[in-house]
Parts: sequence; structure tokens; C-alpha cells
Amino acid sequence: MQVSVSEINDIINKEAMGDGSLIAALEEIQERYRYLPAEALILASERLGVPLSQAYSVATFYNAFSLKPKGKHCLHVCMGTACHVRGSPQVLERLESKLGIKAGETTRDHLFTLETVNCLGACALGPIVVTDGEYSGQMTSQKVDALLKAVLRVEAET
Amino acid sequence: MIHLTIDNKPIEVAEGRTLLEACREHGIHIPTLCYHPALEPYGGCRLCVVEVSMGGRKPRLVASCVYPCEEGAVVQTQSETVVRSRRITAELILAGSYHTPEILALGEELGVKEVRFKLDEENACVLCGLCVRACNEIVGVSAISVIQRGIAKKVATPFEVKSSRCIGCGTCVLICPTVAFRFESVAGFQYVSPKESAYHLGYYRLGGELDLRPNFVQDIAGLLSHEPRAAGEPGKQVGDSYDR
Amino acid sequence: MTQLQSIAEFQSWQQALAAAWDETRPCLRVCDGTGCRALGSQKVLAALRDEIRQAQLDTPIEVVGTGCPGFCECGPLITIYPQRISYQKVRLQDVPEIVAQTLSKGKILDRLLYTDPLSGEHIKLEPELPFYQRQKRLVLDFNGRIDPTKIEDYIALGGYTALAKVLGSMTPEQVIAEVKAAGLRGRGGAGFPTGAKWQLCRDNVLKVGQGYIVCNADEGDPGAFMDRSVVEGNPHSVIEGMLIGAYAMGVHQGFVYIRAEYPLAIENLKIAIRQAEAAGLLGKDILGSGFDFTLGVRLGAGAFVCGEETALMASIEGRIGEPRPRPPYPAEAGLWGKPTNINNVKSWATIPIIINKGADWYASIGTEKSKGTLIFSVVGKINNTGLVEVPMGISLRQLIFDIGGGIPKGKAFKAAQIGGPSGGCLPAEHLDVPMDYESLTALGAIVGSGGLVVADEDTCMVDFARYFMNFTQEESCGKCVPCRIGTKAMLSTLERICAGKGQPGDVEYLLELAQAVKNSSLCGLGQTAPNPVLTTIRYFRDEYDAHIFDKKCPAKVCKGLITYSINAEKCNGCMVCLRNCTSGAISGAKREVHVIDNNLCTRCGVCLNVCKFEAVEVN
Repeated sequence: MQVSVSEINDIINKEAMGDGSLIAALEEIQERYRYLPAEALILASERLGVPLSQAYSVATFYNAFSLKPKGKHCLHVCMGTACHVRGSPQVLERLESKLGIKAGETTRDHLFTLETVNCLGACALGPIVVTDGEYSGQMTSQKVDALLKAVLRVEAET
Repeated sequence: MIHLTIDNKPIEVAEGRTLLEACREHGIHIPTLCYHPALEPYGGCRLCVVEVSMGGRKPRLVASCVYPCEEGAVVQTQSETVVRSRRITAELILAGSYHTPEILALGEELGVKEVRFKLDEENACVLCGLCVRACNEIVGVSAISVIQRGIAKKVATPFEVKSSRCIGCGTCVLICPTVAFRFESVAGFQYVSPKESAYHLGYYRLGGELDLRPNFVQDIAGLLSHEPRAAGEPGKQVGDSYDR
Repeated sequence: MTQLQSIAEFQSWQQALAAAWDETRPCLRVCDGTGCRALGSQKVLAALRDEIRQAQLDTPIEVVGTGCPGFCECGPLITIYPQRISYQKVRLQDVPEIVAQTLSKGKILDRLLYTDPLSGEHIKLEPELPFYQRQKRLVLDFNGRIDPTKIEDYIALGGYTALAKVLGSMTPEQVIAEVKAAGLRGRGGAGFPTGAKWQLCRDNVLKVGQGYIVCNADEGDPGAFMDRSVVEGNPHSVIEGMLIGAYAMGVHQGFVYIRAEYPLAIENLKIAIRQAEAAGLLGKDILGSGFDFTLGVRLGAGAFVCGEETALMASIEGRIGEPRPRPPYPAEAGLWGKPTNINNVKSWATIPIIINKGADWYASIGTEKSKGTLIFSVVGKINNTGLVEVPMGISLRQLIFDIGGGIPKGKAFKAAQIGGPSGGCLPAEHLDVPMDYESLTALGAIVGSGGLVVADEDTCMVDFARYFMNFTQEESCGKCVPCRIGTKAMLSTLERICAGKGQPGDVEYLLELAQAVKNSSLCGLGQTAPNPVLTTIRYFRDEYDAHIFDKKCPAKVCKGLITYSINAEKCNGCMVCLRNCTSGAISGAKREVHVIDNNLCTRCGVCLNVCKFEAVEVN
């Protein structure tokens, strides 16, 4: 994805005219690009009247932000208490083993980013893995394999 | 005036004082690390804790550098709870700085016998925040900040490259309690850098003119003149085009 | 929608909507909350609408997507009005039959009814479900009945009448007096008397001339989702509560701080705010009273610590979520230095109920010091996972067994973690504790935001404590030494113990650290982080000792202390486990007994899952 400075500028200007919330501006950029390019922080700092060092602190403090681009497919494993008690660590382990990365990392081909989340609030279906926003409940290590296969199948087709 | 009791002595202080200020006014010693009279109190190191009891209620530990003097408060600065708390806090600071002379001395003063837990990485920086707070509040440049969260916290410049704002004043070096910064003069330039880092915070040409023009305008002009680049590609580093 | 100009105009609209609301009309109410959506409720809704349109039934039937009524274990849920037949675990393939049999011919599909696990009896009607019978649903009342994206539904059932009453006939002081008399205590966890807190804020606003109110919808406790369900299923209740609070405290601007991980709740909240603005219930000169109030939404960015009120305010101000020392309390100096009142979602949602039904009525529910109802999210090793709203003072036993349906697979109850990572674990000997603020605090737990996680005999309590410590340690903001380094020291010790490397003196060290972190941390996160460790040591010391001295994990959970083996008598050599093993630790040929090499085995548990003959054993 190309980083368009003018698009980032527009997002930040819109926020500057409205609430002036640094975090809201950065969240929109994060959603659009799946990470925060350096330009975003610099422009946000200038337009919203915040020192760049503060913007950088904010970008590195909150889990929602990433300074490195994420993979095409984001897998979130819920590590909430209910899911933990029902076996989410094994599900995570299986994913890490199959993808060859640890939670928080992206595969070298930039296809998958694996992350843990602290409770999605759908505890009746634990353990849960969310793939690109879609929930898969009652996950087990075997279901992990099936899930990955399904995503790769779609990838191969496109 | 506010009337309170500190270590069983009646004390009178002007309104608006903190417990630490009241103690210092009356010669009562309270250890501190992140406190500096020229800066807003931070309440981060928790070494300055004292026990406070209001209206006969159960005493609790508070950071004296931020807690206000209240009428009728009963304060203990050397109770067993206070001494124990300060000792463990010192032990925990040593967990990350077990060879730093200033922290070792602090540990000895507060009765640390053994450092039972050690962090994987050692650092002279104890995250007291004085350098950052001085750069923000006194110098007004905000060249550095504390980045990341929790145990991964550290002091750094944006993107951890040479700062485009640092004016090389050296306040961070001087205010640091453990000398976690390096200040060196090389060939007419004065370099400032965090001790453990691979980059220079900034530099100042000795005897030269200080260019105080905001650097942002130069940086962003430079960035905007480039072709849009693919995400993830290393772009120009902040401050690269800047030359003092 | 036209902007209402006066209270009288609102009242006539409200009365018209109330008159038109008819629960005796045929209607399908389908839970469309996040939990049920994850189980496919959206597809079920779409299929129902399609199927009904095609079937061309004699009487028109409405299909409404509602918020979460709480019976999450049995979702997707459909309640068929007017009889209130309750269908559970509805799948896409059930839809044609539901329309053809139940809606057209009135024939009940037994397989979709709730089955009592003990008696095997089918229960047809929603009000007869044991899950709901012991509940007292005040805040959750409208969930499951209204469409959260329609303000008309909320108003038809009496929504915004409390606001009209307040603006039309009560002074701010009278409102605060009513909230005080009701005895409402903050539902975010600390349980501070809400009326007193409002009074402090109001006094300061009068001095300073400006202030703010905030709704804390950050709900970071893993396993807790009641705030989410209230905002998803009944967002107007929060807006109305905040309007009343703003009037009482004399402020004109408010924020809802909601975590970004709740997209549906955010969407429904924003829709609700837009509708309230369009109706003139938010904005300038509300209902002609001269009172102004605007409400903004601010998203969290993935930091549990931002549930702490000073960190939350820092986040709204565009800073990192580092808590500030108190005093000064937010009521004195909060957002941008101005007096600010922060309350939890459930606290705000309770306000219209108190105004409408009166403080005395509210205070008649609950115990002497803990008034009203609590909403718990009951999760973990429990049959009826979901949300329950109960009067304060109900016993833990009633919650877990009468409402929660007990422990699955006939396992024994071991402990209940109450209050999330800030709370404590209570063992079986305390099952009769009344659920109220003082009783739980005395035992080392806290009410917290209402998270209740149930553990059974297969849960290792040391691992359980390690899990919570891992969470709080990761979420520590890092500003103060005791929390930043102390939680790491505690976690490191717990990890060693779970890995079989515990040493004599470890428990004493944990207790010493726990006290230090609890007493000297800057904010509530650090001050409560040691609670799970403290309570598990208090009530399950024998498990710690077993790990440290015997190098055994009694619940067979800790990987360093267990081994997997294959029972030669049960193994039939099918090679399924071998093929699935992630570390190549299983050897054996077809139809020969397989063997696990414990040096290679990582105890991932896959073989245990895949073996159809229960031949894999854990020792």
C-alpha cells in the first residue's frame, strides 16, 4: 500500500478542525494503513500542537498502534480468563508453531500477523480466534490447521 | 497555616505545601530519586513514601512529594512499614541497575542486604523521568520522552534517531541522578547521548551560532517533496536533512 | 425526526409510542449482540427475514435484532412473542422449520428448547427459564426487548421520562439528594457512594464555573462483558443517565471513553447519540429547559490501565495512559484541570431507574450497605455462561449453582475469581458469602466490575495466579517502581514455580513483594495486582507447596511438572496422534502401541484432543 502524505494530512486536518484528539487521528490512520507511518506522527504533531516526542510516546504506549506494517491477515487469539481456562494457550501455541512466528510478530511474507487480545467478551464460545474480524469459536489445535488452510485457499484463489 | 504532626512532633507549614516540602523545611530527611525542586513532582520512584493517617483512620502509604499537607494529619516518616517499603523499592530499582554506583549507595542507605531478583538487562537509567521532565518543563524543547510501556519503558528521541530539536544544552546530563548520559566534546562539537544507546541525542557546535528555527518545517518540506513510498520501506530519517 | 421543543411535546410523543408498543403482537426477537454474532446470529436474522417474506404468513411477524439478554451459553437466541417461546442454539438450517412449523402452525420444535441438565425437562417459555428466574433485571431489563438502534423503542418503554421529570420538576440539589438516598455505589469496582461523588464535583464546578462528566466504558477485565452489553443493547440508558448527571452537577460536556475492541457497542452508541441529537435530547436548550449538554465518544487504544480514572483522563487529553497521584481527585481537578466526574457504564445506566422508581424503592433492594443490583459476567468452568443481574446479597453458591447451572461434566467447584485481575479467588468454603462490597473485601476479593470466573478441579491455582500476574504485568504503565519491577519479580517467581523450579522461601518472597506492591504503588492497577496471588496463597497454599517441594502440579496443568503417556491397553495404533504431534515426540507403527518421548514432548495437548480412544493420559 502506498503511503499518501496528502491523505494523512486530510485525516489529521479533519481531526484538528473537530475534537483535536491525537489518539483519534492516529487510530484512523492505523486503520487505513495498518500501521503508523512516520509522516503521520510528524504531521499530527504539527497540526495538533503536540511535541513529536509526545506523539511518539503515544504511538509506542498503546497496543492499538503499530510502527511496522502488519500482515495481510490479522489473527487475534483471545487470552481472556474464560478462554484461558478452556485452553487458549494450546491454540496459540499451535498457531505459533504452524506460522513460525511468536505472538506480536508478522510472517516474513507479510501474509499473517499473529496477536493476542485480552478478552473479546464472547466468553461462551471460548477459545476464540478472530481472523480479519471474523470470529471462530470453540477452537482447538486441530481447528487451527483447518482455519489456516481456509485462509491460504482464499489467498491462492485471488 | 496548616497544623499537622510529623514523627510525633507538631509542625506548622504554609498552605499549599507537600509533605516532602514540610519535612525538608523542618530538617526531616526523606530519601528521593525522581524529585527535583525545579520540576513538577512525579510520584514515580515511591522512595519518598510516608505513612499518613487522617481522623484516626488506618494509616496508609503515600508519596510525600505529591501529597498535600492537610490539617490534622498524623505522619510517620520512619515507621516499620515505611522503612520496609523503601527497602524493597530500593531492592527493586537495583534489580535493573545492580552495578550502578549511585543506586548501590541508595540501597545501602535503605538497608538492602541482598538483591533477590535481577532483570535480564542492566541499565544505569532508572526511569526517574527527570531528564524528560526537565526537557519539557524547563528547557521547553521536548526532545526526549519516555517510550513504550511497563518494563520495556525507556527514554528516547522520536524514532530513536538523532533529535531534530535537541539544542545540546546538557540539562539532561546534569539532572540525571545516575549519570546515564554521555557528554563528550569531539573536534569542536559537543555530543549528548544516552549511555547505552547507539545514537547521539543531538549536538551543538561549540562557539557556533544556535539555529533555533523550528526544524519541523524543513523536515516536512523534505518529506513532502518525495515520491510516495511503499509502506515498510525505510524512508529518510527524521533530522537527516538537518545540519547545524 | 423533528426536534422536541418542550417537555410537553416529549410527553405526548412518549405516550403515543408507549400506547403503540404491544408485546402481544407477533414478533421474533433475536439476540444480535457480539456474542451471538460470533455464533452466526446475523445470518440467522437474515434467513428469518427472507423465509418469513417468502412464506407469506397470515399475520405479519416482525423480526427484531436486540441486544444481549445474557444467556450467552445458549446462543443464538430467539424469543417468539407473544407467547415468549424461547429457542436456543438456533442454527441456519433450523430457520425454515421454525417458520414452517412454529410460526405457521404453532408447532414447537423440542430440540430447540432449553433442556434442564438435571431433570431432562424441556422448558418452553423464556420467563420460566431457571437462568432468569433468580435474576432481578433492572439495568438489563430492556436488553432482549428493544432494538438498540431505535430511540423510539427506548422511549416507548419509558426511556427519557426520567430526564423529563428531572428537567421539569427537580433542582440539581434534589437530584443529588435522590441519588444519595438510593445508596448507589460506583459499579466500576471501587464502590464509592455515587451521590457523595456527584456532590463533590458539583461543589467544585460551582467554584470554577466549568466541568466534565465521563462514562468509563473501557472494561478491560478479561472475562467481563457487561458494560459492552449495556452499551450495545441499551445505549440510551447511558445517555439518559449522563444527561441527568450533567444537570445535577452543572456541566455541559461529557465523554464516553470506550475501548476500541468493542466495535458494535461503539456503532450502536454513535447511532444513539445521533438520534438523541436529532430529537433535541442532546445539544442546546434540551426540551426547552435552557439546559445544554453535548456528548462525545473517545476510543481507547488498547491499554488496560486506561480503565483507571486518571489514566483515562490522560488518554482523552491525548497523552499516554499514565495515572496521576491523587489528591487532587478528579472531582477537584480532572480533565484539563477542571472538576470531572467519572462513573462506570452501569452506574450511569442505573440513574434513570432511580429517578423513575424513587430512591426508597431502589434502596429496598440489596443489603444494608450495598444497595441495588449487580451485573456479573459468569464465565469459565460453568454450565450457563452469560450475564446475570442479581440483587446484592445473593450468595456465591446461588449465583454459581442456581443461576449458573453448576460445573460442567460433573466436576467439582474449586474457586471463583471475583473482580478480574484486581480481585481474589474464593474457595468452596466461602460459597455462602453474600455478594456485596464489604463481605467480599473482608475475604480478600473485590466486587470489581462484576467479572466472575469459575475454576474447577482441573484448574491449577498457581497457574491461575500466574495468568493474572502475567496480565497485570503486561498492562503496567511502568511509571512507578513497585508496579513496573515488582510485578515482574512476582511473575518471574510464579513462572519458576510453575516450571518446576520453585525454591523454599519463594512463597514468603511472593508475600513480601505482594505487600510492598500493594502498599506503595501509585495507582489501583499496582495496588490490586497482587490480589490473585495473595488469595491463592491464602486459600490454596498446599498447591504452592506441592509445586515447590514435591515438584508436582496437583491439577496436572503446569507443563514442567506433568508428563504425557499413552495407555497401552487403550491405544489401537491408529497413528492419528503421531501425525498431529507438533514436535515429533510420538513414535509407533500402524496397529502398534504408540509411545511418547517425554524429552521431545512439549505438552501442547493436541494428542489428548485427537485421540478417540482416550488412550492419552496426563501424569
